[in-house]
Amino acid sequence: MMNKLNFLQPDKNNLNTYLYTGVILVSLSIFIVFLNSFFNKDIISFLPGSISFFLPLILGFIGLHLIRIDYSGLKFLDRVNKNINTNNFNAFLSLLIVFVIIKSLPPLLSWFILDANIAGDSKDVCTGSGACWTYIKIWFNRFMYGMYPNAEQWRINLSFIALASLGTIGFFATEKFKKYLTLYYVVVYPVIAFFFIFFFISGGPIFFDFSYGIIAAVISVIIGFFIPSKFKMYYFIIVPITLYILLKYVFFYEELIELGKLEALEWVETGAWGGLSLTFIVSFFCLIFCFPIGLFLSLGRRSDFPVIKYFSIGMIEFWRGVPLITVLFMSSVMFPMFLPEDMFIDKLVRVIIAISLFEAAYVAEVIRGGLQALPRGQYDAAKSLGMGYWKMHILVILPQALKLVIPGIANTFLALVKDTPLIFVVGLLEIVGMLNLAKTNPEWLGFAMEGYVFASVLFFIICYAMSKYSYNLEQKYKTER
Amino acid sequence: MSDKIIQITEMNKWFGDFQVLKNINLEVEKNKKIVVCGPSGSGKSTLIRCINRLEEHQQGSIIVDGNELTEDTKDIEKIRAEVGMVFQQFNLFPHLSILDNCTLAPIWVKKMPKKDAEELALQHLEKVQIADQASKYPGQLSGGQQQRCAIARALCMEPKIMLFDEPTSALDPEMIKEVLDAMVNLAKAGMTMIVVTHEMGFAKEVADEVIFMDEGMIVERAETKEFFANPKSDRTKLFLSQIL
Ligand SMILES: Nc1ncnc2c1ncn2[C@@H]1O[C@H](COP(=O)(O)OP(=O)(O)OP(=O)(O)O)[C@@H](O)[C@H]1O
Ligand SMILES: [Mg+2]
Repeated sequence: MMNKLNFLQPDKNNLNTYLYTGVILVSLSIFIVFLNSFFNKDIISFLPGSISFFLPLILGFIGLHLIRIDYSGLKFLDRVNKNINTNNFNAFLSLLIVFVIIKSLPPLLSWFILDANIAGDSKDVCTGSGACWTYIKIWFNRFMYGMYPNAEQWRINLSFIALASLGTIGFFATEKFKKYLTLYYVVVYPVIAFFFIFFFISGGPIFFDFSYGIIAAVISVIIGFFIPSKFKMYYFIIVPITLYILLKYVFFYEELIELGKLEALEWVETGAWGGLSLTFIVSFFCLIFCFPIGLFLSLGRRSDFPVIKYFSIGMIEFWRGVPLITVLFMSSVMFPMFLPEDMFIDKLVRVIIAISLFEAAYVAEVIRGGLQALPRGQYDAAKSLGMGYWKMHILVILPQALKLVIPGIANTFLALVKDTPLIFVVGLLEIVGMLNLAKTNPEWLGFAMEGYVFASVLFFIICYAMSKYSYNLEQKYKTER
Repeated sequence: MSDKIIQITEMNKWFGDFQVLKNINLEVEKNKKIVVCGPSGSGKSTLIRCINRLEEHQQGSIIVDGNELTEDTKDIEKIRAEVGMVFQQFNLFPHLSILDNCTLAPIWVKKMPKKDAEELALQHLEKVQIADQASKYPGQLSGGQQQRCAIARALCMEPKIMLFDEPTSALDPEMIKEVLDAMVNLAKAGMTMIVVTHEMGFAKEVADEVIFMDEGMIVERAETKEFFANPKSDRTKLFLSQIL
């Protein structure tokens, strides 16, 4: 039997009628826009201008209205209705978005792929109206490694591969070693990374003043495991210093002058580093340093000791109050003036310190937010069990607070990664810096667009990965409250 | 050697201009169970929080197990470790399992080996009858179970004194009994207890003495039977008539 059709209020009784009419209308509207956009054919051009412009929208709108039937029993239809077709306004927005996508696909496709060039090795091949990927191809090496000599680039690759694989150790750790993982990631891993960067990517003399310190530290840590905990405190103050002095002035003195001349790897000064690898190096170390500094600042700001409290407040407000670009500028221009004549701190190191302090201020405030979100009862309970300040914070407060601020920290870290291009003000050129350099090359004028698109894609991949990772962490540590 | 484990003399405390505790004198002997009651805002919580120095007092002295609590008490953590406390809002650590809640302080504060701590924790969880929940997280337990876990957690530090701040007033009626039972057992085992509560049945059953507080003062302190049979002050009579 045939139910009465009411087109203003589609219902389940005439499901098929509504469904077919609606689908046909929606398809028709999409088809019109599709033809128009991909083949430049306007099949409704016989209608007056304004109507032909709005017709697809109107058709689609009516179509969507007709198929908006609650609990139709068709799984797919219900899903569509629930997600993009809940009411007239949403239907309108959905249509609009679909049309905009269809409209913008052809030009994008033609720019990115159809009319783009990638063959050849000079800009002469780039004749089409599309992108000139040849430019990226030719400059790819520079974009990745900056001015780092081609013959030495394996050092960067090897370091990154080594560090990346060392970074995944956490996944393979057995239950027994799980408890050392934090120590590994917070202390050991950064130190290893530092060694790689310092000795391998930078190269140069193996033994120099600094290395006595490293040897002393390593030896004393190893022996330190066998010292009773009662004496550990004194041990770790006295022994490394003694070792350092012994090493430097007694054992190694003569030999080291000889050894110091022994250059295993060619020295590449940091000014030549650049490109994406520099982005990684700067981001990596800034992330590693800014977190603990920020943590201590946030705790300091809540401290009862006025000195610590006002020092922390001062630091946070100062670094938050100045633009990063001036901080970087100061670090390269002003800072060396305060150093003694013969003292020299590498530009890259100064930049990393500057960015770390700058971002630490933000991290500190994010963490403080988390600390404040915890109820006072948690502090009371920890104290009443006899925990002191550090035990209370490490065992009870911070695990909860940090969990709460994972999204905020991720936010700050993403901002940090995207702030790295600013190091161009001190003459360090990471990937965006290299792009800016390349685009002013007289041979390759006019390809700024390709460069920026390329950099955007890279940054997006990095940042999206970070954001996904932080989301996973959030899920992993989520506990019911 | 006196067996007065807590001695409070002439103690005054202010929050800013507001005097919360006025001239408090209180002595508690070992193994005694004291119930503190009184209207809301009378300073009961503040008083027992002063005993493990979660709040600082400004005048007078508080001596706990022979140690005076002052600003420069160095080992305040040691004293707190001897005084267990159970809160109205349980205050379990939500990021740790029930078992870890109980072993955390013994392991890190008392430096007990993990295995011993777990054994001890299971013993105490058994006593409050939630040993079977040990691997769950606080968020997965009912209020009554959480509060019993909180009691077990405090007991794992093997304290000399237990303080309870309205342990049952955030609970549904059917859960109150299970918590009170745990407390009665504890009392019978000889623990020194100071309990802020409005559960007069509990007071009658286990308390040696009852203290009535109002407006920051100890209005009346009497043996339990005496307290309920013939309260001296009018304020107490009024309070009892409202609550019973
Ligand atoms: N941190 C604080 N700062 C200022 N005033 C406070 C603070 N804590 C408590 N007070 C005040 O001190 C008084 C006593 O509070 P307390 O919590 O000790 O009362 P109580 O007897 O435990 O009441 P209740 O039965 O409602 O728990 C109240 O008037 C309260 O407003
Ligand atoms: Mg209270």
